[in-house]
Amino acid sequence: MGGPPLADGIDTEIQAMSPLPAQKTSGNSLWSLLVKRLLLGLLLLWAVSLVIFAGTQILPGDVATSMLGQQATPEAVASIRKELGLEQPAPIRYVKWLGAAVTGDFGRSYSNRQDIAKSIAPRLKNTLLLAAMAAVIAVPLSILLGILSVLYNGTWVDRTIGLVTLSAISLPEFFAGYLLIAYFSVAHFWLPSSATVSDAMPIGQRLVVMLLPCLTLVLAVLGHMMRMTRAALLNVMASPYIETALLKGLPWWRIVWKHALPNALSPIVNVVALNLAYLIVGVVVVEVIFVYPGMGQYLVDHVAKRDVPVVQAAGLVFAAVYILLNIVADMVSVLANPRLRHPR
Amino acid sequence: MADILLKVTDLEIKAGDATIVDKVSFDLQKGRVLGLIGESGAGKSTIGLASLGHSRDGLQITGGQAELNGRDILHLSKRDTRLLRGAAVTYVAQSAAAAFNPAHRLIDQVIEATLWHGLMSRAMAIERAKELFALLGLPDPENFGDRYPHQGSGGQLQRAMTAMALCPHPELIVFDEPTTALDVTTQIEVLAAIKQAIAKTGTSALYISHDLAVVAQVADDILVLRNGRMVERGSVDDIFNAPREDYTRQLVSMRQSEKPAREQARDSLLSIKGIEAGYIPGIPVLQDVSLDLGRGETLAVVGESGSGKSTLARVVTGLLPASSGTLSFDGKELANGLAARTPETLRNIQIVNQIPDLALNPRQTVEAILSRPLAFYFGLKGAALQSRVATLLDQIELPHSMLGRYPAELSGGQKQRICIARALAADPKLIICDEPTSALDPLVAEGILDLLMRLQAEVGTSYLFITHDLAIVRAIADTVAVMLGGKVVRYGRKAEVLAPPFDPYTEKLVASVPEMRPGWLDEAIARRPSPRRSS
Amino acid sequence: MKNLPPLTPMALIGLVGVAAFIVLAAFAPWLAPHPVSEVVGGVWDVPSADALLGTDNIGRDLFSRLVWGARVTFVIAALSTAIAFLIGVSLGFYAAVRRGWIDQILSRLNDLMMAIPTLIFALVVLAVLPKNMVVLVLVMATLEATRVFRVSRAIAADLVGLDYVEVARLRGESWSWIIVREILPNALSPLLAELGLRFAFAILFLSTLSFLGLGVQPPIADWGSLVKENKDGLLFGIFAALIPGAAIAALVICVNLVVDWILRKTTSLKGARRNG
Repeated sequence: MGGPPLADGIDTEIQAMSPLPAQKTSGNSLWSLLVKRLLLGLLLLWAVSLVIFAGTQILPGDVATSMLGQQATPEAVASIRKELGLEQPAPIRYVKWLGAAVTGDFGRSYSNRQDIAKSIAPRLKNTLLLAAMAAVIAVPLSILLGILSVLYNGTWVDRTIGLVTLSAISLPEFFAGYLLIAYFSVAHFWLPSSATVSDAMPIGQRLVVMLLPCLTLVLAVLGHMMRMTRAALLNVMASPYIETALLKGLPWWRIVWKHALPNALSPIVNVVALNLAYLIVGVVVVEVIFVYPGMGQYLVDHVAKRDVPVVQAAGLVFAAVYILLNIVADMVSVLANPRLRHPR
Repeated sequence: MADILLKVTDLEIKAGDATIVDKVSFDLQKGRVLGLIGESGAGKSTIGLASLGHSRDGLQITGGQAELNGRDILHLSKRDTRLLRGAAVTYVAQSAAAAFNPAHRLIDQVIEATLWHGLMSRAMAIERAKELFALLGLPDPENFGDRYPHQGSGGQLQRAMTAMALCPHPELIVFDEPTTALDVTTQIEVLAAIKQAIAKTGTSALYISHDLAVVAQVADDILVLRNGRMVERGSVDDIFNAPREDYTRQLVSMRQSEKPAREQARDSLLSIKGIEAGYIPGIPVLQDVSLDLGRGETLAVVGESGSGKSTLARVVTGLLPASSGTLSFDGKELANGLAARTPETLRNIQIVNQIPDLALNPRQTVEAILSRPLAFYFGLKGAALQSRVATLLDQIELPHSMLGRYPAELSGGQKQRICIARALAADPKLIICDEPTSALDPLVAEGILDLLMRLQAEVGTSYLFITHDLAIVRAIADTVAVMLGGKVVRYGRKAEVLAPPFDPYTEKLVASVPEMRPGWLDEAIARRPSPRRSS
Repeated sequence: MKNLPPLTPMALIGLVGVAAFIVLAAFAPWLAPHPVSEVVGGVWDVPSADALLGTDNIGRDLFSRLVWGARVTFVIAALSTAIAFLIGVSLGFYAAVRRGWIDQILSRLNDLMMAIPTLIFALVVLAVLPKNMVVLVLVMATLEATRVFRVSRAIAADLVGLDYVEVARLRGESWSWIIVREILPNALSPLLAELGLRFAFAILFLSTLSFLGLGVQPPIADWGSLVKENKDGLLFGIFAALIPGAAIAALVICVNLVVDWILRKTTSLKGARRNG
C-alpha cells in the first residue's frame, strides 16, 4: 500500500528530456539530476514529518483526552497536557519535536515511561533484518517468475504463474501467515509459530525462527512484484527494436536477455521500489501474527494504547525508511537508463 | 530462370477471417530492386515481412509459396528461419529511431547479426561496418558506431540501419518505408545514400513505400498493390509511360494540380505581427513572425518538423498565448489566449487537425459530433438542426446513412471529412488546417484537398494551411510563408515564392521534393555539389 | 459498458463469487440462522446441525457471524470506495483539465499523502481519532482517494491532450461539459477496472485493520475481526480463524478475476496492479 511519488516522476522526466537537445556536457547533467532527486527526497521527508505531526496533534479530538479516555478527571488531563507541553502553540511544539527527533531524541513513551529512541533501535534492526531477508528471496524470485511468464507468454506456464500470483495478491497477510502456522507449526511441528527472537539467540536458531514470518512476507509481495515485472517486460517486448532483433534471426532467449532486459531494468527497479510499500505494510501485520519484536508490533501496540509520542516516532521512522529506500531506488533507476547515462 | 532470387506464388495472408494479402505472385531477379507500392491496407509491409518468413501478431500465412533461390522459406523449421533472417535476408524498418535498441551502441547492433550467424570475425565485421558507414555518407565513419541511438539524428539512424542490413552480405534486403518518417530535405539524402549503396554492393531489394515518386527513384520494377491484391506489375518506365490500370494512372497523375494565381485580396482577414511564442519561458519557438491572410484566400505555411509552423497555428487558435506581438482578426485585435476571446471570435476561427482519429470523440456518433456546434453557436434544435446537419453531409459528399455511425466505423478520409464538416458547422471566417492530409493515403488526400478548394470557392472561407509538402502548397495556396527554425525565411504570393531567385533554404526545399518521374533523383543529385553528410 | 471482452471461465467464477457475496451481505438477516451475538454452544464446538461451521471463541455460531460479517465488510468497503471515487475522480479530472498551478498543487499534495504507506498513515491517525465506523470509513476513503486521484488524473491527462478535447475547448465549451461529455465516456472502462481494484483493496485494508484491533470494534464484527477473535484457537488445532480468512481471500480473488477480465480490454493500464 502506499505508492512512491518519486518513482512515478521518472517516466515523465525521461519523456520531457528526450526531445530536448543536449545543453549540458555529459557527466554534469546526470549528477545534477541525482542531486536534485536527493534534495527532493529530503524535502519530501520534511513535509512528511509535518503531516505526521499534524495528523496526531491537530486533528479533532484532544490528544490528552484520547490518551486517558473519556472518564478522565480534569486534573489528570491537565497534568498530561502539561507534560506533553500542549499549552504551547502547535508550531512551537512541532519545531521542538522535529529538532529533538533530528538528533535522535523522540522523548519518552507515555504508557511505560521508557526512552523511545532506546526502544526503537533494537526493534528497527529486527524489522530491517526481517524485511531484508524477505526482499532477498522475493526480488530475484519474482523477477525470475516475471521473465518466465513473458518467455512463455500465453502458454499454460504463463497462465499458471498468473493464477498463483493473483491468489497471492488476494490473500490477506494474516490469512497467509495462519495458513503457514497451521501447516508447519500445528499440523507438523516443523517450525515455531512465534518468532520471539532475542540478541542472545544463536544466529542459526534465529534464522529458523524467522523463517515463517519471512515466508509470509515473501507471499505478501511476490504477486505484486511479479505482475508488475511482467507488465514492464511485456511493455518492452512490444517495442519495434524487439522485432528488429527477431528479424536478425536471434533466438528468443537472446532477445529477452540482450534486448529486452537492459531496457526493462529501469522499470523493474521502479517495480521493486513500488513494492517496498507492500513490504512495510506486510511487515507490520506479520510482526503482529508471529509476535516478532520489531517496529510494526511496537507501533500497533502503542496505537492501541494511544501513546502519541511513540506513534509519532514510529510513524516517522517507517516513513523515513520508506522514503530513503525510494530515493535509492529512484537513483538506481536513473543510472540504469541508457538515455540518461549517455547523454547526447 | 537461374537469376531469379525471390519467387512468390499465390501468397495468401489472413488476419482471422479477413484476407490481408490475396493471392499475390511476383518474382525478383538477382541484382534488381522491386518497388512495392500501395496505400495503407494494401498489404505491402505484410508481404515484405513474409519474405523474411515473419508475420506479425494476429496474422497468418495461409497459402502460397515464397522461394528464395528455389528454397521455400515459408515452411522452414524455426531454426532454419532463424538461420535465414539476418544473414540471407535482412530488413530496414520505417522508424530507425524506434527500431534500434536504446541500450546498446550502434556498432554492436550493426554487426550483431553478422557475428551471431558466424559470417565474419568481430574485427572483420567492424571493418565492414565502418566501410558501410563511409559508403552511406555517415559523419566520422571510424567512430560513428560508438554512439548510442539517441545520439544520432533520424537520417543518420536510417543510414545506420541500412548499414546493419548490408553488413552480412545479404542476398535480399527488405526496405519498409525507410524514408517516410523523414523530412524531405533529409529524405533526399537518405534516398541517395540507399540507392548508391544498393548499386555498389549489387544487392537485390524489395523497396516498400506508399509514395510512387520515391519508389520510382530507387526501383527497377514496380508492383502496384491495393487492398491486398495485385493491380499491376511492370518496369518503372512501363508504369509511368504506359500504365494499364486506372488505379495506376491515378497514382501517376497525382500531385499535378495547381491552384491558379489570383489577384491579391484587397482586405486582410488575419494579420500576424511580430509574434514571439514558446512553451518554455526564455526559449521562443517562434521569433518575429509577421504574416497576412486575405479574405477568402489560403495562406500556406510550409516548413519541416521543428520549424514552428504548428506552433504558429496554436498561437492563432489561442491555445498558446504569444509572449509578444499582436494578432488582428476581421479588423479587430484578437485576444491573446483562449480565455479572453468572445464566443463570436471562437466561432469564426475553426480548426481541422492532422490526425482525424484523435480529433473525433470515439464515443460520439457523427450526428452528435456535427450537431453540437450547431446547437452551441446557433441554438438550433429539432428539424432545423437535422436539416442543417444533412446539408453539411451533402457539402462533404457523405451519405446521410453515416449519421448513426461512430468514428471507428469510418475510413480515414471519411473521418477527415467529418472534421471539416464540424468546422464548417460554425460557419467560420477562418479555418486553420494543420497538415490535414499528411496522415491520409495519397489519393484520399487529393480528395480532401479538392473538397477544401471547392468549399472555399462556395463559402468563401479563408484557410491558414500548415503543411510540409510543397506539392500541396502548389495545389491550394495563394500566399506562401516558408518557415525555418521558428522564423519566416520567405514570404509572398505563391508565384514569387516558388520561383527563382531563391534563398538557399527554399532552393534546397524545392529541389528536395520528389517529382513524379523516374530519374529525378539522379538529376537532383547531379545539380548539387555535395549533398552528403548533412543530415 | 457495451464493449466488454467476451466472458471467460475465470471471469465467470469471479462474477459469480462477487454476486454471492453481495447476496450474502444484502440478505444477511434471512440467511443467518442465529442473531449475531447469540451464544449457541460451548467454546469452539465442532460443526453441527445447529452451528454449520462450529462455534467461535465464546460459543457463538460461526456461520451466522460470517454472514453478518459479510454485511459489515461490504458496507464499509463499498462506502469507503464510493467516497474515495467521488473525491479522487473529481479532483483528479479537475487537476488534469485545468493543468498549471492547480494541477501542481493538487498533485504535490497527493504525492505527499502517498509518501507514507497507507497502513502506517492509518495507524498514526487512528491512534488519536475516536474509534467508530464513521471515522473508519472516512480514514479509509481519504487514503484510497489519493490512489484514485493519481489514476484518474493520469487517465484524464492522456485524454485532455487529444485533439477532440482541444476542439471542444476551442469551441468555447465549459470545463464541466468537457469533463462530463468528452472525457468521462472515454475514461469509463479503465475507471471501472480501478473501481474493482480499489474495492478489493478496501476489503483487504479493512480486514487488516480489524485484525490489528483498530478497525471494526466489538460487538460488531467484520471478517477481519472474526480472524482476530478466533486466532488463539489455532495453536490448539482449532481452525475457526482460517474460515473467515479464506472467505476474505476468496472474495478478493473473485474481484481480481473480474478486474483482470475488464483490463484485458483496456490495455492502457498495462495489467499492472497499481499499489494500494
